[in-house]
Amino acid sequence: MVVIRGGRVVDPGHLDGIYDIYISEGRIVDIAAPSAGAASSPAVTEEIQAAGKIVTPGLIDMHVHLREPGYEYKETIATGCLAAACGGFTAVCPMPNTEPVNDRAEVCRFMISQAAASGVGVRVLPIGAISRDQEGKDLAEFAGLKEAGAVAVSDDGKPVSDDLLMRRAMEYAKGFGLPVISHCEVVSLAAGGAMNEGLASTRLGLAGIPNAAERIMVERDIALCELTGAALHIAHVSARESVRAIREAKKRGVPVTAETAPHFFMLTDEAVGEYDTAAKVNPPLRSEADREAVCEGLADGTIDAIASDHAPHSVMEKEVEFDLAANGISGLETSLALSLSLVRRNLISISRLVEAMSLAPARILGLPGGLAVGGPADITVIDPDMAWRVDAASFRSLGKNTPFDRWELQGKAVLTMVGGRVVYYGLAPGAGRCR
Amino acid sequence: MGGLSTKHILEMASLSCDDITLILDTAVNMKEISRRPVKKVPTLRGKTVVSFFYESSTRTRVSFDLAAKRLSADSVALTAGASSMTKGETLVDTVRNLEVMSPDIIVIRHSSAGAPHLLARHVSLPVINAGDGMHAHPSQALLDLMTVREKKGRIAGLRLAIIGDIARSRVARCNIAGFRKMGASVVVAAPPTMLPFGIDSLGAEVTHSADEAIDGADVIMMLRIQKERLAAHLFSSAREYARTFGLTVERVKRARPDALIMHPGPLNRGVEIAPEVADGPCSVILDQVENGVAVRMALFYLVLGGQRDGGD
Ligand SMILES: [Zn+2]
Repeated sequence: MVVIRGGRVVDPGHLDGIYDIYISEGRIVDIAAPSAGAASSPAVTEEIQAAGKIVTPGLIDMHVHLREPGYEYKETIATGCLAAACGGFTAVCPMPNTEPVNDRAEVCRFMISQAAASGVGVRVLPIGAISRDQEGKDLAEFAGLKEAGAVAVSDDGKPVSDDLLMRRAMEYAKGFGLPVISHCEVVSLAAGGAMNEGLASTRLGLAGIPNAAERIMVERDIALCELTGAALHIAHVSARESVRAIREAKKRGVPVTAETAPHFFMLTDEAVGEYDTAAKVNPPLRSEADREAVCEGLADGTIDAIASDHAPHSVMEKEVEFDLAANGISGLETSLALSLSLVRRNLISISRLVEAMSLAPARILGLPGGLAVGGPADITVIDPDMAWRVDAASFRSLGKNTPFDRWELQGKAVLTMVGGRVVYYGLAPGAGRCR
Repeated sequence: MGGLSTKHILEMASLSCDDITLILDTAVNMKEISRRPVKKVPTLRGKTVVSFFYESSTRTRVSFDLAAKRLSADSVALTAGASSMTKGETLVDTVRNLEVMSPDIIVIRHSSAGAPHLLARHVSLPVINAGDGMHAHPSQALLDLMTVREKKGRIAGLRLAIIGDIARSRVARCNIAGFRKMGASVVVAAPPTMLPFGIDSLGAEVTHSADEAIDGADVIMMLRIQKERLAAHLFSSAREYARTFGLTVERVKRARPDALIMHPGPLNRGVEIAPEVADGPCSVILDQVENGVAVRMALFYLVLGGQRDGGD
């Protein structure tokens, strides 16, 4: 039996206090008040000292790109899982824009088997495609995907432009209990755009993408969600108008959920600076008013979840002309620390953070969540005070593309446990792990 | 007596007023060379200028080439299609490969905004931007400043009207920055489809009426209308554009009597500019072309460490 001793256990709506968590055979067997000074029972084979740390249900990143199959030079499922473990994630959901596209059971099974073969131990829960080959024409085989282990469907990277196809996708997915994750972008409005349409794009002479390109699609999908009653999840919300539309829809009782990514609450389009492709992402970094709206949306629960939209690229795709550069930020290893900065700035509570990075993704995807006696021991231990400096070159991810390189951050996962097995151990020597 | 405060010539915003004045003064001397019977001085003998043209532009390429030759520099111009540029090699790779052959200056023209900035970060030699996407074209703004200063004797206090597709124009962006910096006021006129977000933040007044912009202008700068922009729904027809924004003889009358008419070329006669205006007495379009060579000679000289003449 393993015990995580004396940490502040935060499981929103359930626990917030100092507890010992006992783990055996991959499951949580007890969560108990600390046995102060009491000698360990002989059954305890390992103690992890977590005093001063925060112990949370395993973090889930519901939006990542692991690039395998097809683009293994950018990331493999193995390297992506290492990055996830190091970032404090016990489960990640890879998007289907691989080569081939994850639009059928075989690809889905391949991803899961690669994750198992990697031996890292992080759970990989693939997201299947909405349309075959993500071409936006015919529906992918949702039943097969679901049986193979897909937890949602999405054409992420590409919007589903055909309104009828999106309606049918939502109706069809509802029958299998699969949420539909929408990448909201009106292609004709965004076409050719390399960054947010704003003062920075005007100064830099780059074609801009207006907020309306996102907002119009968000509003369409909300309308279809109302029509079908299916579970709709809006990916990577960046624009204030989208936040407002989702807030109003939720008030009406529409079953819509949403996520944003750390770069949208940390940065604005000014981060592009002098054509820094590390800050090129889709949707683009927006204005300060948008950044603030995203923070508010997270604080009031309009935006349910934080996902990294981990999008690793090789230097080949980033060290080029700005408008030719690939979109994306390698986010798994900075997501938690950036999100913790919201807690430090009192914009959200630690409990809201755990909600956004663990419980909400679990709820949206229909996974077991939280810390329950009898449940799987998926646990993240966070040192909220650990100061560290981002060094992209030392990322476990093959993608070193980040606008946060060299940033001084505070707070880090120091232990990631999946099914009772430690998949990442970053506690200082002497801090525990005896025997 | 100093040289330039910057190593690269990427955009007007990074040049100080002193830099601009130094370039224009130097260009005046250079122009004199072009008017000699033997149009060549040994100033840059043994130096090599490499030009990359990833976007076709005969006139800018020839202008930079002539400028190099008149200073006795060796000049090599590579155009897309003529080299590895089209074979999947990245811009940075291409230039790094060339860098080891030890050129002294790199000139780049590219359809992507910021491409010269990318190079400047990766190479150790001076980079001169010969036009990048919709972003900047500093040698064009400098030759425009030179032309106006030559004809008017000053820049400060003048009123410049720029008319046309401001949103997609590097000439407009650079001239707004350059003329504002040197003390002129700038008004831009275009239909809203041709104005970028927050253009006033660059320091220009904005109007949707060509007449309004031209009222009292000392300088009228017309931008080329590309008919293929029709496909992007920027205007409804060339005919309507000519009627509402084209520079006609009638319209010119609203400007100050001694107003200068400028155009970066190539011209669409009868669309943005009437033939009688383009070829009329106020037109300085050919002076712009001539001054272009002088300005580029000055840039070559100065980025290689040339200084203002001691006697100046
Ligand atoms: Zn997306």
